[in-house]
Amino acid sequence: MSIWEYANPKKFMQTSAWALPWVMGLAVLSLVAGLIWGFFFTPDDFRQGSTVKIIYLHVPAAMMAINAWVMMLVTSLIWLVRRHHVSALAAKAAAPVGLTFTVIALVTGALWGQPMWGTWWAWDPRLTSFLILTLFYMGYIALWEAIENPDTAADLTAVLCLVGSVFALLSRYAVLFWNQGLHQGASLSLDKEENVADVFWFPLLVCIGGFVLLFVALVLMRTRTEIRARRLQALLARERLA
Amino acid sequence: MIVEDLAVARGGVPVLEGLSFRLVAGAALILRGPNGVGKTTLLRTLAGLQPALAGRVSVPAESIAYAAHADGLKAVLTVEENLRFWAAIHGTGAVETALEAMDLRGLRGRMAANLSAGQKRRLGLARLLVTGRAIWLLDEPTVSLDAGSVALFGSVVRAHLAAGGAALMATHIDLGLAEAGVLDLSPYRAKAPAAGGRIGQFDEAFG
Amino acid sequence: MGALLSRDLRLAMRAGGGFGLGLAFFLLLAVLVPLGVGPEGGVLGKIAPGILWVGALLSCLLSLDRIFALDFEDGSLDLLATSPMPLEAVVAVKALAHWLVTGLPLTAVAPVLGVLLNLPVEGYGWLVLSLLLGTPALSVIGAFGAALVVGVKRGGLLLSLLVLPLYVPTLIFGAEVVKRGAAGLEVVVPLLLLAGITLGAAALLPFAAAAAIRVNLR
Repeated sequence: MSIWEYANPKKFMQTSAWALPWVMGLAVLSLVAGLIWGFFFTPDDFRQGSTVKIIYLHVPAAMMAINAWVMMLVTSLIWLVRRHHVSALAAKAAAPVGLTFTVIALVTGALWGQPMWGTWWAWDPRLTSFLILTLFYMGYIALWEAIENPDTAADLTAVLCLVGSVFALLSRYAVLFWNQGLHQGASLSLDKEENVADVFWFPLLVCIGGFVLLFVALVLMRTRTEIRARRLQALLARERLA
Repeated sequence: MIVEDLAVARGGVPVLEGLSFRLVAGAALILRGPNGVGKTTLLRTLAGLQPALAGRVSVPAESIAYAAHADGLKAVLTVEENLRFWAAIHGTGAVETALEAMDLRGLRGRMAANLSAGQKRRLGLARLLVTGRAIWLLDEPTVSLDAGSVALFGSVVRAHLAAGGAALMATHIDLGLAEAGVLDLSPYRAKAPAAGGRIGQFDEAFG
Repeated sequence: MGALLSRDLRLAMRAGGGFGLGLAFFLLLAVLVPLGVGPEGGVLGKIAPGILWVGALLSCLLSLDRIFALDFEDGSLDLLATSPMPLEAVVAVKALAHWLVTGLPLTAVAPVLGVLLNLPVEGYGWLVLSLLLGTPALSVIGAFGAALVVGVKRGGLLLSLLVLPLYVPTLIFGAEVVKRGAAGLEVVVPLLLLAGITLGAAALLPFAAAAAIRVNLR
């Protein structure tokens, strides 16, 4: 059995109907557990006090903001190469979720930055990159909305996603070149020595898992909606012709 | 040009299917059928502007000249400049003959913006002559032409056929081409899925 | 190809072609900014590189939707797509024509506007050079954006939303060259990066734009 079977809309609808409650349930469970653990059962940081706890929202949201774009890039490529409609619709479904995560990362970052750096906003490379990412998400969503024919829209947004990814990467390095910033380096890496202390690390892992599951659940749900809307459009178009 | 079992779609919905015909050098074929049957869609598909849903179209490479409802004229260029541009794009130099054939000699220095609708149409059709291509795909070529111009165009098409060209046109007006075959598209109308027609990917999803 | 280039240039120059609008906009911007910021030469000189680059970028944006939209409306794009000329070449030539009527004149008048904005003397050479190297990228990227929205009616605003984020790297490196040049610092690295973006965009984006046009003509 090949993975492409799930690209069949019928098979996708069946499988996702079965999987969605489980993924959503797990997402809620791990988010509730991770956030309660992080907020109430970890010590305050000796330097940052309790403000450090916003990390449990900030870091997972920021990670998923980027991962969502990567997922859109992969599904766009699959659409361009293999012409599976579900893939194009999954990319469409992921964009607003990714945009929301980007905004969450920016807002929680501002809330954290105010007590730490004494400012809500700084033109730091990481912050600036996220702001630019927001613009890319907005352009992508706007292009989907502007074009009536769904296959045309899928093709054009996929091309935009490919080109946009290259330019987003270029912007990332351009921004680094333009200003070395305030933001700390990545807090997480596989090399344990550089990580935050275990006591923060484990609840953070649970929260990241929760955000990943939440993303999957939301994208599944939205893709199902998009497939139904697409089917409805096809039926209406046929009716108008008949 | 050989067309086998062709199916074409407009906006993702199949409109024509099972269409097969053959157009040989020196022959003309007139497409007939009610509005919305898919004449324009068929012509655009044959011109290579949109992909066919199914079937095969075999034509020699770079042999098709397509003339749509819009003539592709630039209002701020003169008649001659418009034609010279298309002649240069197609690498031919037949501007004078084209002007002569469509009776545009006297208008050559006039801006396209100042032409009447019929004169614009004649210029649009003169463009076909400078492409130097053998197969003409014409979408309602006689719109806004007066009786004299229709006859003129009919003779241009006949000369093209005599020179070994071919033409496929969607038109309701008699061009005086007695030798032209007629292809009625109505029997090839795509069936709805309920009646056993082609099933789209999204119908299958809700089987 | 020469025929298409000369036709596009002629269309831009004749009445209603919009040639000069971008330049006028650029000039207006250079007049309005000091009115808003205040007349102190020190402040203006400091922000001049950024203002001039942002101004060039916005002036370029004004005429982008004309690149393909007019040819799409009058059917020329259909006919070009069925002509022997590859669509990739059509895109490249049209982007070049756009650059010749916007980017190049903008580069030529930029030093004059630099005077209005108290740009330090050391900056003028770098201003012209960076615009000369960077504005072709603006035209090519813009042509790609215009190809995406060619089928959208009144797509001007959408076009800006799509194209401006793509302009970020060009803007950053371009303005950086002038900023560093005006301060007497090393400029080779941003200059090379700017040239790299232009070359990369000119080499690859015509293919993406041609693909987008084919989709839009379907």
